Amino acid sequence: MLTLLAIAVDGLIYASWLFMVAAGLTLIYGVMKILNMAHGSMFAIGAYTSAWIAGWYFAGGDVTWGYALMLGGAIAAGVLVGLVVERGLLRFLYGRDPVVMILLTYAVLLILEDVIKLVWGVDPYFAFQPYTLLGRTKVGPLTFSNYDFGVILVAAIIGVGLWWGLNRTRRGKLLLAVIHDREMSMALGIDVRAYFLLTFVIGSVLGCIAGAVTAPAISVAPGIGVEVIVLAFAVVVIGGLGSVGGALVGALIVGFSRATAVHLLPQVELFVIFGVMSLVLVVRPQGLFGRAQPRKI
Amino acid sequence: MQPIVRTEQLCRNFGAVVAADNITVAISPGEVVGVIGANGAGKTTFVNMVTGYLKPSAGKIYFRDRDITRLKPRQVMRIGICRSFQIAQLFPELSVLDNLLVAVSSSDSAWPHFLKPLKSPARIAAAEQVLADYRIEGFRDTVVATLPQGVRKLVDIAMAMVSRPAVLLLDEPTSGVSVEEKFAMLDTIMAALRGAGATTLFVEHDIEIVERYATRVLAFYDGRIIADADPETALNDADVRRYVVGSQIHRRQVRE
Amino acid sequence: MATDRTLLGLTLALAALLLGVVVFPQWLTFLVMMSLARGLVVLGIVLQMRAGLVSFGQGLYYCIGGYTAAMLGSLYGVREVAVLIVAAILVSTLVALVLGTLLSRYRDIFFAMLSMAFSMILYGLLVKSPALGSTDGFNVPAMTFFGWKPEAQSTGVYILTCVLAFLIAAAYHRYQKSPAGYLAGAIRENEIRVEYLGSSAQSLLHCKYVIASVISAVGGLLSALATGHVDPEMAYWTTSGEFVFIAILGGTGHVAAPFIGSTLFSLVRTYAYQFFPYTWQMILGLVLLLIIVFLPRGLWSLVQRANSEKPRAADR
Repeated sequence: MLTLLAIAVDGLIYASWLFMVAAGLTLIYGVMKILNMAHGSMFAIGAYTSAWIAGWYFAGGDVTWGYALMLGGAIAAGVLVGLVVERGLLRFLYGRDPVVMILLTYAVLLILEDVIKLVWGVDPYFAFQPYTLLGRTKVGPLTFSNYDFGVILVAAIIGVGLWWGLNRTRRGKLLLAVIHDREMSMALGIDVRAYFLLTFVIGSVLGCIAGAVTAPAISVAPGIGVEVIVLAFAVVVIGGLGSVGGALVGALIVGFSRATAVHLLPQVELFVIFGVMSLVLVVRPQGLFGRAQPRKI
Repeated sequence: MQPIVRTEQLCRNFGAVVAADNITVAISPGEVVGVIGANGAGKTTFVNMVTGYLKPSAGKIYFRDRDITRLKPRQVMRIGICRSFQIAQLFPELSVLDNLLVAVSSSDSAWPHFLKPLKSPARIAAAEQVLADYRIEGFRDTVVATLPQGVRKLVDIAMAMVSRPAVLLLDEPTSGVSVEEKFAMLDTIMAALRGAGATTLFVEHDIEIVERYATRVLAFYDGRIIADADPETALNDADVRRYVVGSQIHRRQVRE
Repeated sequence: MATDRTLLGLTLALAALLLGVVVFPQWLTFLVMMSLARGLVVLGIVLQMRAGLVSFGQGLYYCIGGYTAAMLGSLYGVREVAVLIVAAILVSTLVALVLGTLLSRYRDIFFAMLSMAFSMILYGLLVKSPALGSTDGFNVPAMTFFGWKPEAQSTGVYILTCVLAFLIAAAYHRYQKSPAGYLAGAIRENEIRVEYLGSSAQSLLHCKYVIASVISAVGGLLSALATGHVDPEMAYWTTSGEFVFIAILGGTGHVAAPFIGSTLFSLVRTYAYQFFPYTWQMILGLVLLLIIVFLPRGLWSLVQRANSEKPRAADR
């Protein structure tokens, strides 16, 4: 019973940052039809930025602006890297062979992973002060960190923000149109290229935010980017590519699966997650909220 | 005579769109059936269902005595029904000969050999015979991506005929082909098909072509068949004139 | 004829290498062994690339091959290489049959990511298994080679590697000219047509996946014998990435390319690592980018689609 509660809360926490990462990944895919293998690196960049800021900021006395700075720094990093990658590279190579696009994002992944090592070194960062500073809450015999609840809150806010942005604003609806049918949108005069840029930057920022809020709870070290992209991929495939709602459901499924495995048998963590993913795919190959492919002949 | 292909109450919906509404039709061996109808009338949907690419929402399809409704395209092909495509489906980076060789080898067996070479003398001879039948020997070594449209359609049809199917469905064989080439192309195709004894069904927008080659005409409108008769009768039918041919008086042109 | 020439070339290479075992210095035999072993993994990737599938997780089978050998040797006292070979083939075939049922349904980026994910799963499993040495891995003891116990272990491994690599390369060369080889390209170019010609693209791809996996596992086994050691790094994404890189550089056209590419890569990496330990991935990434941007035809067999965006049928 207690384990169940622990699993439930941990699952929710995992689901929170997974959702933020996956939302970015799925948006980018939905609009640009590119599955960005380097998206995990955005998570890592966000984590490193925030951990680094936390490191020098929280060491001093005053912590008022700490969290805002961490978040702000991560967002800035996301905007910067997103702009550089899209404007400097991707926009010249749209519409190429799918295999070429795969290799392209893989090349970006390779480069970013080393850029991270160059900027922040190879030693892990532990920025635990923001985590412990908020105190703990006791729920029965279990203790939870208030920071983790904060993460869930941030994810919820972002989720609502995304929903509102996509469904209630004009720009958002145009974005949904582009996701639905790029050619038609172009024919209707929508500046699809501008939306590409916007989406890529927003998606990258989402990845960075996810990294930023997770950083205080983990050891930020090289390689977390790839671990995250593997998980995010599972989420996005389960939920259906291009669907933010699907990313939410997928995140919950993967989050709870992961929590279950971690509590009961840690070695099979990825195994369980991908087992669940395989099951979903067998039943519904396009993902839970994915759209079936249009006819080709 | 037992029909070679028969459909019973074939239906297909795409959401609210009814692409096929109780299509019941029986095709006899040796017929040359022209299928006409406006865009969106359901002609290609029909072909897709018969060849197994699309599952019907309801209804059945029979090849001779056998229920083939649930079969996949590759199984339908093995039974003896092949098709060509509206947009020629070829292997762009291979030569015409190589395209045909792949077709020949696949028709030999579903499971390809992993060690014996593709280009055996027997296969090459078979492929070259097909090239001759369709009068495209000159394009033997041309890479498909560089072919003119008419030749692409011919290669598409040739590949479908490699396995000597009993039934061939042609989806708009002359679309994209210039007016001068159309008749020559269809003369070649029909001669080859007659030589192989295949029952043919072809989807066409060009009424002159239908008049000239079809022994029977099926007219589609809004997912239903609105006429099923010999060309003279079908093309002069009031509904067909209204929905397919055009409301002008239908003029017959005699071509040399 | 071209066929004879390649086969002749491979045979000559084999003869030269076998003679070399007498005269080559230690470092050269080691280089050859590792290049051939790793070349086999690259060959597995190339086999799938011809069908349009990029495997970012070939390290999975590389690792399976190595660990099967190491485990049988260290934990179960096996001392005969023939047993190891059979075991590696069996285990990799089994895993590939299972995983292939899922993977053969996917193309493009999905296949790529799924393959990467599966290799990372193995990595995670191994790293968290103290019984298997965790991140340290464990050693491979000395073996007999079909009954023969050579004076120097490395001699036996060297000869075995050369012979196996030759056999597999020769078979692959025949495969390229076979119907199955042509169908790989056909599936990549127009899967629907392949279906309508009467073959199941999915079954064929599943079969190729299994074959590629077995070849890579053999590569892993040979690599384990050559170095005498295995560790979870073999399944890490960076290892698979290097194999993909070599495959891209060499292209899918000729059977010798993976082996030559692997040799050049090993040489460059040894020196680069000394000078650029923290930027090796970046260098790989930049070179890959340059190839993609400036030499799209450099990936000549890869990027063989006539148009980048296929036209869609406008009407029904």
